[in-house]
Amino acid sequence: MKSLALLATLVTGALLLYGTKDFPAWGDPQAPASTYLSPVYIEKAVEQTHVPNIVTAVLGDYRGYDTMFETVVIYCAGMAVVSVLWRRKEE
Amino acid sequence: MRDISEHTAGEDLIIKTSVRLMVPFIQVFGLYVIVHGHYSPGGGFQGGVILGASFILLALAFGMKTSQEYMTIHVNAVFNNLGPAIFIGVGVLCALFGGLFLDYSALDKLIPLGPVEWRSFGIFLIEVGVGVAVMSIMVLLYWNLSSGGAMDEGL
Repeated sequence: MKSLALLATLVTGALLLYGTKDFPAWGDPQAPASTYLSPVYIEKAVEQTHVPNIVTAVLGDYRGYDTMFETVVIYCAGMAVVSVLWRRKEE
Repeated sequence: MRDISEHTAGEDLIIKTSVRLMVPFIQVFGLYVIVHGHYSPGGGFQGGVILGASFILLALAFGMKTSQEYMTIHVNAVFNNLGPAIFIGVGVLCALFGGLFLDYSALDKLIPLGPVEWRSFGIFLIEVGVGVAVMSIMVLLYWNLSSGGAMDEGL
């Protein structure tokens, strides 16, 4: 069973690494993210959200879904620790 | 107000005195980081961690029981669930008022502030949710990990 888990991990890792081959080079000015996404955030964020801090605007508004699941990840970490460790005292 | 100095878990006078002086300022700073996230570096995650650290500091200096007098296990459990619930609740509310999920401008139909102002205020609401969740879960993790799950005495 352990070797099966190791195999699954290695295959998944190899697939993910293979997937990065198609990514644009790091910092490529012609990458889709740099050609239209970042300029839109920089030009429109204050106008569309009235938040002077673009990081907060992207984090809370444009990428709200991502932030929501970050919170859920923290929640899951807390619940996992509680379910593993917490024991009631015998009184 | 309870007299914090009567607790004897931490023996060192310097540690106890300095923690007693620092904790209120740390908590005010944590709240500042959360609410000032619109204008400066910060936000729910960072401010929540600072608020959680103040309770962890209290537990380190005065013992876990003292920190549980200021935030009881039950309040902590409520906060754990309240934080994500605020975040997801705001998102669902947006959807109920005719927008997309987490499209705060739809809440303009609830309280007419203007769609753009609502996007700003919606970010604030979810930052509060994130802050509450991060604060209480950091404290919960510390309590559990340092006491081996007994939640009574730790480091």
